[in-house]
Amino acid sequence: MDRRSRIRGVRCLAAAACLLAGLAWAATSLWQRLEQDGIHDPKNPAIALLQQPAEALAPLPRDTAGNMVRWVAALESGAINPRTNILPETEVRVRDDDIIVAKYGSLPAVKFPHRPHTLWLDCSNCHEHLFKSKAGANRLSMMAILNGEQCGVCHGAVAFPLTECNRCHSVPNASLLRAAPPPR
Amino acid sequence: MKHIALLLALAAVAPAPMAEYGDVVIDKRSSAAGVRPVIFPHWFHRIRFRCKVCHHELGFKMRAGANDVLMSEIVEGKFCGMCHNDRVAWGGDRCDLCHSGKPGLKPGIVGGAQTSGPGRW
Repeated sequence: MDRRSRIRGVRCLAAAACLLAGLAWAATSLWQRLEQDGIHDPKNPAIALLQQPAEALAPLPRDTAGNMVRWVAALESGAINPRTNILPETEVRVRDDDIIVAKYGSLPAVKFPHRPHTLWLDCSNCHEHLFKSKAGANRLSMMAILNGEQCGVCHGAVAFPLTECNRCHSVPNASLLRAAPPPR
Repeated sequence: MKHIALLLALAAVAPAPMAEYGDVVIDKRSSAAGVRPVIFPHWFHRIRFRCKVCHHELGFKMRAGANDVLMSEIVEGKFCGMCHNDRVAWGGDRCDLCHSGKPGLKPGIVGGAQTSGPGRW
């Protein structure tokens, strides 16, 4: 074997090792183990009894942000079936309509779908203290949202984070314009 | 020397330990009373309950720090005690399962929303 092909061989091996190490890192780093997450006390004797995030979350539909779980898809597909109420008398309310807001700005308009929100939440979680129940009556501000107000009460804390612009800003403004009248 | 520099560079790039998205550190009274802070994992609970169960039926406000819950209220069946009663979930005598945080943690919601500033959660 000449010197050049030997160097090539070593380079190939090194690249394969890096790739394998990278894959192993990616597989283990999606969810931190509790004893290594920086907030759980590894000296707590009960830590071994707690469920590890990877065990619970790995079987669920994969996302690219937040908990790395598409929570609404997990719910709608039946992968999880979280309880809707504890008290038998609680009325479980789900609403189906979509609301288009933030039209004709510099980004695509926002489609707010009531269904996935009300599958998780009750009307009273947002109405009337966060949002008035009247389309057009709410003054939304991206600055307030980034500051943890309005949508930002959940998005950026527990619901998908605010780095995912196009999940909300999803409706092209052009599609909202009325079709031009036919030429006379 | 080159190798050490490379290792140092890799260590700098490696991600810091990160709590799970939506984890809440609760320490209104725990540390002062000599027990570990509580870690509340949203991910664990939302597999089993929809948000509305705790934030509508149980009366938890949706702002970290806005809820003032006494251990005596939990034992009486309010707030966490609606489920943590030895029937739905473990009871109030299993201290270490909830009081599982490192001593001295800053309370609040953790777990790295990448857009964490300028917000208050």
